[in-house]
Amino acid sequence: MAHLSEAAVKQITEICNRYADEKTPLMMILSDVQREYGYIPLEVQELVSEKTGIPVAEIYGVVTFYSFFSLKPKGKYVIGCCLGTACYVKGAQQVIDKFSEILGIKAGETTADGLFTIDALRCIGACGIAPAVSINGKVYPKVSVNAVAGIINEYKAKENA
Amino acid sequence: MAKVNIKIEGIPFEVDAGLTILEAAKQCGFEIPSLCAFNHGECSKASCRVCLVEATGARGLVASCVYPVAEGMEIRISSPKAVAARRVSVELLLSNHNRNCQECDKNGKCELLHVAKITGAQEDRYVGEKTPVTVDMLTPTIKRDTSKCVLCGRCVERCKGAHGIGILGFENRGFKTIVAPAENRSFINSPCIMCGQCINVCPTGALMEASEIEKVDAAMAQGKYVVVQTAPAVRAALGEEFGMKIGTPVTGKMVAALRRLGFKKVFDTNFGADLTIMEEATELLNRIKNGGTLPMITSCSPGWVNYAEYYYPDQLSHLSTCKSPHEMFGAILKNYYAAKIGVDPKDMFVVSIMPCSCKKFEKGRPEMENNGYRDVDAVLTTRELGKVIRRAGIMFDRLPDEDFDTDIVHDYSGAGVIFGVTGGVMEAALRTAYFVLTGKEREGIVFNEVRGFQNIREAEFELAGKKIKVAVTSAMKGAKVLLDQVREGKSPYTFIEIMGCPGGCINGGGQPYVRDVFLPNEDADIMDTYMEKRAKALYSEDERQTVRQSHNNVQLQDLYKEYLGEPNSHLAHELLHTHYNANRPRFD
Repeated sequence: MAHLSEAAVKQITEICNRYADEKTPLMMILSDVQREYGYIPLEVQELVSEKTGIPVAEIYGVVTFYSFFSLKPKGKYVIGCCLGTACYVKGAQQVIDKFSEILGIKAGETTADGLFTIDALRCIGACGIAPAVSINGKVYPKVSVNAVAGIINEYKAKENA
Repeated sequence: MAKVNIKIEGIPFEVDAGLTILEAAKQCGFEIPSLCAFNHGECSKASCRVCLVEATGARGLVASCVYPVAEGMEIRISSPKAVAARRVSVELLLSNHNRNCQECDKNGKCELLHVAKITGAQEDRYVGEKTPVTVDMLTPTIKRDTSKCVLCGRCVERCKGAHGIGILGFENRGFKTIVAPAENRSFINSPCIMCGQCINVCPTGALMEASEIEKVDAAMAQGKYVVVQTAPAVRAALGEEFGMKIGTPVTGKMVAALRRLGFKKVFDTNFGADLTIMEEATELLNRIKNGGTLPMITSCSPGWVNYAEYYYPDQLSHLSTCKSPHEMFGAILKNYYAAKIGVDPKDMFVVSIMPCSCKKFEKGRPEMENNGYRDVDAVLTTRELGKVIRRAGIMFDRLPDEDFDTDIVHDYSGAGVIFGVTGGVMEAALRTAYFVLTGKEREGIVFNEVRGFQNIREAEFELAGKKIKVAVTSAMKGAKVLLDQVREGKSPYTFIEIMGCPGGCINGGGQPYVRDVFLPNEDADIMDTYMEKRAKALYSEDERQTVRQSHNNVQLQDLYKEYLGEPNSHLAHELLHTHYNANRPRFD
């Protein structure tokens, strides 16, 4: 199994130490790791287990239960397609399918070049602008199937610039 | 204790406050079917939804395994609504279950079939897709088949509760949920100590021991000289496989059965236990005398050894280098006994009957061989022995009592017998250490301080004017406490006994399943008392022995005189001692 770099060990240890006084620190630790480290592979879970005394299997269970947590690194641009009820009835499924078609990956996967990840999200609370897509915090309102290629190109252009 | 008044089916009862409905109902004579609840809620997360009942004050039906009784509560177990709900719960579990029951080794002891029968779940009403299946058969010890799993979580709780290691957990969500080691790995690629406690609590055939019956059959068919040895704890529980009361010692019938199964010689691992004591007590005294690593910790339990290697690789020098009794005995059988009786050791096949599933793993360790001969070739659990006895049509309860084979390695002391229970190795070692140090027997050879089932027991003894403190624990939760002390250099003990399974070998991962629902003739509290009863069977055998100290085993003395020299001699080290692996990756 891969070993964590010294810097990674330091970073994860620091995150664990933040919640040393919490009774049930796991969710907070994992949220911070996901945000700051980017993903939560088994090596990281082992380290969290060592620091907290929570069994690895239990941590793995939590990581695989919540779709927010990811076992693999996510792409540079995370395309969050809302599939909540309002977005769904407004055609969100077709939108996410179009992203999949163009990028050649399924929801939850990352492109080989590490640029894009597609995430299927439940309601993100933007029902008024359904179907909504959120990419690294930037929200695209009322996305149509035809707009998908343009959105992707916007980021590809950024990379080529 | 505070009491509350409740009614079940309109009949008033007074029960202890704080009980769950399930427990209270049981006290009042009602058995509510359940799969996830296990022995006073040791494992109950209300996950199986089989124990639903109606209770006043609650909205809808409640899971009786977690819902507490309250003053004035009226409980309906057999209301049409509750009966139907329980049946549907079981039908839903069955709809995602691999129902090849005739192929399943759990058949006859399956709690899912039991609750299906009593809830009337018979129809195949929910046909459809099933959760993708994982079958892990990579370990020599435990077989995991998720197609049989009902996600009750007992194994998860037992592993975490007894050992604090929690190898198993719930993974994924919804329909894809499975119980597995992290990443759905095999046990062999995770830091599982292979104690088999998960097998003991599994209500279905999802977790079973990896069977070696075919291996033994093959050796017999090949005309090998197949000899068998039986561990002490087996005789205290084998009778249960044939409906005998828990705690019935069946030593004589077991020997008779093994002869009828075609084993050329039937030996007692206790001889190996006596040998272990001679080696281990000598090792301890040498360590004390020569300033060796202390505390010394016993090494008979392969589950514990696995734990030490995975979790305390920096502390392995504390482990006694002694092999476990059956490995020692195997080495003697192949390297000494075979020549004595004129059998080529390569034609000899040693089978160990063990209360332990982990012994299957231990016997495969590369260290467990001498001169190219494996010390032990196959390990069958008490449960597997029950199975082959039934297969052979042997009517166990009608067997005569027979004695173990009486040539060179027959005798055993009472000290060897009590190896099977937590505290037994310590007591046996103390009996001999006392003699070796003082040159005389201790008055009163019973060391009551180290008996019992408390998590960690400690005692202080005077050995030749020197005070030594000892500690005993079983299951890894206690081991962690003692090992952390050792790691910090704060351990006050000279000698520590650790066994992998809670209660020791009598409650090993290969012992007969204990389920009160299948034991109508046992006492109501059998789930709390079965370990004591099995232990008593061993302690009473110790009391019946005329020789109760390993060093007084005459044949063992002969073995040293004629072959090994003295305890811890060069030859003894080669055959009977081992070393440990500090480089086992936890996940590989």
